[in-house]
Amino acid sequence: MKFSESWLRTLVDAQLSSEELSHLLTMAGLEVEGLEPVAPQFSDVVVAQVLEVVKHPDADRLNVCKVDTGRGEPTTIVCGAPNVAVGLRVPCALPGAELPGNFVIKIAKVRGIESSGMLCSAKELGIAEEASGLLVLPTDAPVGQSIREYLDLEDNQFELKLTPNRADCLSLTGVAREVAAIAGAQAKLIEVPEVAASIADQRAVVLDASAACPLYFGRVLKGVNAKAATPEWMKRRLERSGIRSISALVDVTNYVMLELGQPLHAFDNTKLEGAVHARMAKPEEKLLLLNEQTINIDADILVIADDAKPLAMAGIMGGEESGITLETSELFLESAFFAPKAIAGRARRYGFGSDASHRFERGVDFGGARRAIERATQLIIDICGGAAGPVVEAKAEMPARQPVRLRSARASAVIGMVFSPEQIAGLFNGLGLSFVREGDDFLVTPPTWRFDIEIEEDLIEEIARLHGYDNIPAPAPRGNLKMMVQPEAQRPAARVRQLLVDRGYQEVVNFAFVEEAWEADFAANADLIRLANPIASQMAVMRSTLFGGLISNLVTNLKRKQSRVRLFETGRAFQRVSLGVPVAGFLQPWKLAGLAYGGALPEGWGSGARKVDFFDVKGDIEALLAPAQLRFERLQHPALHPGRAAKVLLDGREIGCLGELHPEWVQKYDLPQAPVVFELDFDLVKAVHVPSYLEVSKFPPVIRDLAIVVDQGLVLQALLDGLKEQLPALVRDIQLFDVYVGKGVPENKKSLAFRIVMQDTQRTLLDSEVDAAMQQLVSCLERAFGAQLRA
Amino acid sequence: MDNLDQIVSEAQSAFAAISDPDALEQVKARFLGKSGQITELLKGLGKLPPEEKKTAGATINVAKTAVEAALNERREAIRKAALEARLAEEALDVTLPGRAEARGGLHPVTRTLERIESLFRSIGFEVADGPEIEEDFFNFTAMNTPEDHPARSMHDTFYLQSPDGTVADKVLLRTHTSPIQARYMKAHVERYGQLEKMPEIRIIAPGRVYRVDSDATHSPMFNQVEGLWVGEGVSFADLKGVIADFLKSFFESGDLKVRFRPSFFPFTEPSAEIDVAFMSGPLEGRWLEIAGCGMVHPDVLRIAGIDPEKYTGFAFGFGQDRLTMLRYGVNDLRLFFEGDLRFLRQFA
Repeated sequence: MKFSESWLRTLVDAQLSSEELSHLLTMAGLEVEGLEPVAPQFSDVVVAQVLEVVKHPDADRLNVCKVDTGRGEPTTIVCGAPNVAVGLRVPCALPGAELPGNFVIKIAKVRGIESSGMLCSAKELGIAEEASGLLVLPTDAPVGQSIREYLDLEDNQFELKLTPNRADCLSLTGVAREVAAIAGAQAKLIEVPEVAASIADQRAVVLDASAACPLYFGRVLKGVNAKAATPEWMKRRLERSGIRSISALVDVTNYVMLELGQPLHAFDNTKLEGAVHARMAKPEEKLLLLNEQTINIDADILVIADDAKPLAMAGIMGGEESGITLETSELFLESAFFAPKAIAGRARRYGFGSDASHRFERGVDFGGARRAIERATQLIIDICGGAAGPVVEAKAEMPARQPVRLRSARASAVIGMVFSPEQIAGLFNGLGLSFVREGDDFLVTPPTWRFDIEIEEDLIEEIARLHGYDNIPAPAPRGNLKMMVQPEAQRPAARVRQLLVDRGYQEVVNFAFVEEAWEADFAANADLIRLANPIASQMAVMRSTLFGGLISNLVTNLKRKQSRVRLFETGRAFQRVSLGVPVAGFLQPWKLAGLAYGGALPEGWGSGARKVDFFDVKGDIEALLAPAQLRFERLQHPALHPGRAAKVLLDGREIGCLGELHPEWVQKYDLPQAPVVFELDFDLVKAVHVPSYLEVSKFPPVIRDLAIVVDQGLVLQALLDGLKEQLPALVRDIQLFDVYVGKGVPENKKSLAFRIVMQDTQRTLLDSEVDAAMQQLVSCLERAFGAQLRA
Repeated sequence: MDNLDQIVSEAQSAFAAISDPDALEQVKARFLGKSGQITELLKGLGKLPPEEKKTAGATINVAKTAVEAALNERREAIRKAALEARLAEEALDVTLPGRAEARGGLHPVTRTLERIESLFRSIGFEVADGPEIEEDFFNFTAMNTPEDHPARSMHDTFYLQSPDGTVADKVLLRTHTSPIQARYMKAHVERYGQLEKMPEIRIIAPGRVYRVDSDATHSPMFNQVEGLWVGEGVSFADLKGVIADFLKSFFESGDLKVRFRPSFFPFTEPSAEIDVAFMSGPLEGRWLEIAGCGMVHPDVLRIAGIDPEKYTGFAFGFGQDRLTMLRYGVNDLRLFFEGDLRFLRQFA
């Protein structure tokens, strides 16, 4: 809400500077978003009258003018403006004047003729962006008066960012009332005498939907000159409130809305048939609005209609056909109360809004509707002439204003400082809240302009607000000391993230809505979760995997010449399911996903040129979950190379996958080489075992190496699993330390070398036992896997 | 015995001339070996009369000790020279870069999150979590935001499509992390509601939230951290105390100015906006909006099953991205979500 400071100051007598006023409003909850002077600083510019205009003898485009500046003898001024003419009153900068942009006016010769000043355009005074010539002032502008005074330029435009509960401050009267309360000043609200009817014309008003429209004032005016000019003072106030002057009648309705907060509507009375109705729309009704949009009116829309047709969307926008024009001479003026619930959201549904709907959906002072119609009538008659009929009032049951109880002790407890009932009474009186006291309790009846006082807390807020939030203490709070639950079997997310950071991964955060193609490519997801209203097509579906974002990050970074990339993200992925907890229909597990691309080690003089591969990333995952023992099994996954992908199992449970990106996607996403990616269930990664002590053997271990030759296709895990079942009791550990294919090993075979650790907790092992155990291992390997000892 | 002195000086100069350890041992034999000059003299002692034996033996031994000393000295000198040579040969260019693995880094918003979590944990706030596809009920209704509230319009809230293509009316992408609070309160009441006195609720609820908005200062997905404290006698003054303490600790600035000004949210009453002003740096002296907060609206408590006459509470919500931007001087929100390593590595 924008308004002129000088206008406000006519309505409240506050001894405050503009900055103090601004601070006070902000700290009372009416946030001042803007405070701008309406004109830049300039000096010594006065109203002048052009007495004589003669062509400059030496310049085609210049004129030599004699000008009366109200300072004795006429002054000679050379002027280049195309619109200069005898008799005009225009602004004149006197010698010594300083115009915006530090432009100082001096007596100077212009093509040989001395010029003692400058006639100004609005642009030169800094009060308009563009100007085509001199600023022409009305013929009654007093010659010699300071132009700043004449145009009321010692003024500021305030802009308030109002919260939706404070619709009462969507008018100058409302703001003045608020300033009076918070500054302890006196409001000087305007007096609105009733305008007696001078003609008998009137139109009946029927409230067919009295809950939506319980109050309606209507009045007929005749003999109005719609072409009359809007007075300058009114134009100025409107413009400084951000409203363009349109025509006298429209300007008056807007002016009264700004002044009193009551939106008004003027119909062309000659277009109306029979009575005026406030009713809900009928099926299939259509209306051409003032904004030239034709709408089908929904059944929950309140309309103003006559006996034959709908005329306007009540409280939102008038209809084109019943609207006033410059030819209108007969008006039907409306000032009504429309219930917020009947207006809220309707305009938005049709894709527009209006000053009226903005106010009505938040709540308009229903105690002021009559004042507003009287005020508008008077202004119309003053400006456009004409005669007014009697005010017709239709009234049903008005919004209830239930008294709200406030307990002084409760207010003190909630705010956290003691307020005496006397203090509270003083604050309420300042706000104009009427109350009855019952001991330390107050029964407050909210005024008709407040729609935000319904419960005790609303009054507590008023107390805190008027006392000043700044004046409430901010002690260190007291709470009950109770230790927090911190399960040891659960690592904090931060710990897991740090492990990846330490292994070289950079964290990223990607959008949870992604391109549809990513879901197809990286998840083969056929059951997409689509947004109903995405902001862009590449952000239209919820991700079921974090891979898409990481691949896209890789592409971005490769373009920026990053050759080695390690990324990870933690975030939710989304999946449609039939049940789903806690929100039915969806699974939303936390995922931890990563990507590795480029050199295995950062490029350097000592690191070699090996590219990252499956086993590097597998090593990262093993480190991430250590000391847990993971199992890896071959996996078919839409995103991954079928021969280089694995599912990750922890205690027999699948916790995620890793693998090289499928060659098809490497090509499609234009990647020079394949990244290795992984995705794990974050919650399962966080789980760890709480350690449990096992006795440490005091006896030395025996270590033996064993090299065998097996079929090349044999998977290591199968061999280890097979061995496990027949493992001699004294074998503590088997580690693979070499895999060899090549010279010395038959075709289609590979050599595996293991280190076998044997130990007993109770005694030193005998050589014979060790030999027997080794023999048992070997024969098991021979039997189950056709292994041969390598010579 | 004159020639003893001569032997000693001869040995000293012979040793001094040698720098090879093997050659030194050979020269040693000339004096101290089985038939070395000193050894021979000692052997000759037996031929002397007993009265001379003693003095002659002593004299020879002095000479022997001197030769041995000269030998040891030379040995040590040769060893040291060899060591020095080796050390010189083994010297590295210590200015070559180290061979360490590259280190990654946390996202700046995570960095901030961890700080926020740890500051609030230090005064007993737990961290709570909740779903991002959320029920309309928890996002709006439980937060006292009625059906016709403008926040519910398609302009602000992302809704989902049902499989049949219509707009799913009961679910949405959460627009704030308040539903986490609503769910937490409900669960808390289910667990402790029957007790004479419920334990306090003290949580923060960080997470991603979604709104239909996109420009330099708005992202359709952004991060928020909300907080909630419900207990007996929790007041607006307590809220001010916690927030002021947090902001000063977070920005590590004792002279940070914090102000509370009245505002409006459907889920709090009284409500406030929190502004901060830095006393130095590029934003010096400007009031910056940083959070919304207030006393939990009694209807919000009631919906959760908490008696607002017995318990009161406060809630607050910070833009986590905004805190991060202010902390590290980042001026464009979009940088957080572009995954540009050149940007992200600055926060490692």
